[in-house]
Amino acid sequence: MFPDFSNPADWLPWAFASLMGLSILVYVVLDGFDLGVGILFPLADRGEQDRMIGSIGPFWDANETWLVLAVGLLLVAFPMAHGMILSQLYLPVFAMLIGLILRGVAFEFRAKARDRHKALWNRLFFVGSLTTALAQGFMLGLYIMGLVRTQDTYFFAALTGIFLAVGYSFIGATWLVHKTTGPLQAKALGWARLSLWGVVSGIAAVSLTTPLVSDRILAKWFSFPEILWLAPLPLLSAALIAAIWIMLRRMPFAGDRHNWLPFAASSVLFALAYVGLAYSFYPFVVPEQLTIYEAAAAPESLMIILVGACFVVPVILGYSVLAYVIFRGKATELRYE
Amino acid sequence: MEALDTLLLSRIQFAANISFHILFPTITIALGWVLLFFRLRFAWTADEKWMAAYRFWVKIFALSFAMGVVSGITMSFQFGTNWPGFMETVGNIAGPLLAYEVLTAFFLEAAFVGIMLFGFSRVPGWLHITATALVAFGTTLSTFWIIVLNSWMHTPQGYEIVDGVAFATSWWDIIFNPSMPYRFAHMMLASFLTVAFLVAGVSAFRWILGERSREVRAMLKTGVTIAALLIPVQIYMGDMHGLNTLEYQPQKVAAMEGNWETGPNVPLLLFALPDEEARENRFEIGVPSGASVILKHKPEGVVPGLNDFVAEDGTPQHPPVMQVFWSFRVMVGTGMAMLALSWTALAYMWLRRDRHEGRVAGHKLAVEGLPKPLLWALVPMAFSGWVATLAGWYTTEIGRQPWLVQGVMTTEMAVAEVPAPMVMGTLIAYLAVYATLLIAYVGVIAYLARKAARGRDAGADSMSHSGKAQVAALTPAE
Repeated sequence: MFPDFSNPADWLPWAFASLMGLSILVYVVLDGFDLGVGILFPLADRGEQDRMIGSIGPFWDANETWLVLAVGLLLVAFPMAHGMILSQLYLPVFAMLIGLILRGVAFEFRAKARDRHKALWNRLFFVGSLTTALAQGFMLGLYIMGLVRTQDTYFFAALTGIFLAVGYSFIGATWLVHKTTGPLQAKALGWARLSLWGVVSGIAAVSLTTPLVSDRILAKWFSFPEILWLAPLPLLSAALIAAIWIMLRRMPFAGDRHNWLPFAASSVLFALAYVGLAYSFYPFVVPEQLTIYEAAAAPESLMIILVGACFVVPVILGYSVLAYVIFRGKATELRYE
Repeated sequence: MEALDTLLLSRIQFAANISFHILFPTITIALGWVLLFFRLRFAWTADEKWMAAYRFWVKIFALSFAMGVVSGITMSFQFGTNWPGFMETVGNIAGPLLAYEVLTAFFLEAAFVGIMLFGFSRVPGWLHITATALVAFGTTLSTFWIIVLNSWMHTPQGYEIVDGVAFATSWWDIIFNPSMPYRFAHMMLASFLTVAFLVAGVSAFRWILGERSREVRAMLKTGVTIAALLIPVQIYMGDMHGLNTLEYQPQKVAAMEGNWETGPNVPLLLFALPDEEARENRFEIGVPSGASVILKHKPEGVVPGLNDFVAEDGTPQHPPVMQVFWSFRVMVGTGMAMLALSWTALAYMWLRRDRHEGRVAGHKLAVEGLPKPLLWALVPMAFSGWVATLAGWYTTEIGRQPWLVQGVMTTEMAVAEVPAPMVMGTLIAYLAVYATLLIAYVGVIAYLARKAARGRDAGADSMSHSGKAQVAALTPAE
C-alpha cells in the first residue's frame, strides 16, 4: 500500500495519486452539495430558491476549482492516463462541460437578467446541475467497468449516473438543513430523508459490482488478513447511515442545535465510500491497464510541482476555510454589498 | 468531405473554445484592477460615486468571471479529449506551468471573489479591499503562467528531447523564454484597453440614455483616460513584439506582411488577397518600402519572404497566409480606430471643460464637451477590445502553424483519433451554446446599463440611502 520513500520514482507518483485523490474527494463533497442544491431547485418556491442560491453563492466558484485541480493533476502527473481516460469518455465529458457551463452562467444570469428571463435561467440552472451530476456518475460507472463499452456497462453507467445525482441531492439537502430555517429547512429534511435511500442503494450497488468486475479487486477485499483491516469500512458506513437516518427523523432539534451534523456525517460517508473505491483501484489509474507508476511524468517535473504544492495547498485550505467562516450562519438572499 | 477531417475539426473546436474563453479573462484581468481603483478612491474620498461605480462593475465582473471559469474548465479537459499528444510530448514542461497556474492563481481568485462580491457588509473595509486586490492580483498571476506556457510554445528553450519526450533542463530559461516579456505586456495592455473601452462605451450608452449622475461622469472619464494613455504604449509594445517575432519566427512575419520573396524595399500592404496556390498577391495596394522601414528601420532593409519556407518537395513550412495576413490587419486597424477615438474624445473633454454643468472649479475634463457623434461612436467601440484581442491571438497562433510547439512538434502530431462526426457534433453544440451565451452576456450588460440609467439601480439609489445602500442585487425583482 505504501511506496519506497527513498526512491523518488516510486513515492512521487504515489504522492500525486494521493493528492489527486484528495482533490477529487474534496470536489465531490463541495461541488456535490452545490450541484445537489441545483438539482433540488425546482422543488422549492421562488423565495426559497433565492435563499438556496444564497446558500451556495459565495462558494461555488472555489468549489469547482477543485475539479480543475483534480483534472489538472491528472494532466500534469499522469499525462498518458489523462489522454487515455478522457478520449474514452469523450461524450460524457462533453455533456458534463455543457452542464457546468450552463449552471455556472445561469447562476449569474438569473440574478442580472430582466425578470421575464429569470424563469428560463432558473430552468437552465437545474438542467445544468442535473446534467453535470448524471455525466459524472456515468463516467464513474464506466471507470468502474474498466472503461469497457458494451450495452451492459452502459446500463450500469446510466445507473451510477442516477445514483450520483441522488447522492448529490442528498448532500445538497443536508447542506440546506444547515444553512436554512423554517419551511425550507423542513422541506430539505424531507428531501434528505428520501434521497438517503438512493445513497444507500448506490453505495450497495457499487460495492457489490466492483469486486464482480475484476478478480483482482475481489481478491484485494476478500483475502485474509486484509479483510480484518477493511471490515471497519462497511461497518462504519452502516453505523453512519443509521445515525443520519435517526437524526433526520428527529430534526430540527430544539433551538436548531447541531444543524451541521447531517452534512458533516454525509461528508464522512462520502469519504468512506470513496476510500473504498480508491482501495479497489490502487495502483491503477486506468483500470487494469495503466498503473500510476507507468503513467507518471518525469520525477524532476513532479518534484517541481510538489514543492510548490507543499507551500500553496495549505494556504489554499486556509483561505477556503476563511471564506466559509465569513459566510457562516444561515443563508440570506445575496446582496452585492 | 475530405477537407473536414478530425484534425481540422479539432482545431476549429479548440479555436472556438479558446476564443470564447479568452473574451472573459480579457475583461476580468484589467477590470479587477479598475475595481480596486474604484474601491480605493471610495476609501480615500468617501465619495459615493466611486462605490456606485464599483457596485455596477462588480456585477459585470461576477458575470465575466463565471463565464471565464466555466469555459476555462472546458479548456483543461480538451487537452485530454482532443490533443493527448500535446501532454505526452511536452507534458513535463507544460504540466508544472499549468499546475502553478491553478495552485497559485486560480484558487486565489475563486476563493476571494466570493468575499469581493458579497462581503462588503460582512467583513471590515480593509479585508474587502484586500480581497479585491487579491482577485486582481490572482487574475494577473494567472495571465503570467498561461502566457509563459504559450510563449514557450512559440520560442521554446531550456529543454532537451529524450526518446521523443521533452524534459526540462532549465526552468529559468523556460519561464523567461525570449518572447514571454513581450507577450505578457502585450496581453496585459490588451486587457486594460478592452476594459477601458468597455467602461467608456457602457458609460456613454448610459449618458445617451439621459443619465447625468456623478458616477457616470467619473466612469466615462476614467475609461477614456485609460484608453488614451495606454493605446500609444500598446502600439509601441506591439512593434517590439513584432521585431521579436521577426527574430524567432520570421515565417510568421512574412505571412503577416504578405511577402513572398525575401528582399529589400518590401511594401507595407494595406490591401491584398494572398493566393497560396499561385504564391503571389492579388489586388495589392501598398506603401512602397513600408514594411522594410517598420521592420528594419530603413527602406533597403531585407524582409524575409514566404518562399524561403518551403520544403524540397514543395510542401509549405509556413502558416496559412490569408488568415494571418488579415487577422493582423484587423488588429492593427482596430488599434488605429482606438487611438483616433480615445484621443479625440479626450481632447474634446479637455478643450471644452468649461461646459461642465455644475461649473465647479478644478474640473479638468467635462463629459458635456463630447459631441453627440463621438458619444455614439464610443458605444459600439465598447467591444472593440475583443475584436483586436481575438485578431491578435489569431495572428500569433495561426502564425505558428504547422507547428504546435515551434520546431518541436506539429499540431498534427498531437490530435486524438476521435471520429470526425463526433468532433463535428460536439463542435456544433459548443458553437450553439457559445453564441447563445454571448448574446445573453451582451444583452445583460445592456440591460444593466439601461436599468442604471433609469436610476433604479446603484446610481441614484445609493445616494439617497448613503452609507448602507440597499442595492438591488442578485434578485432585482424581489
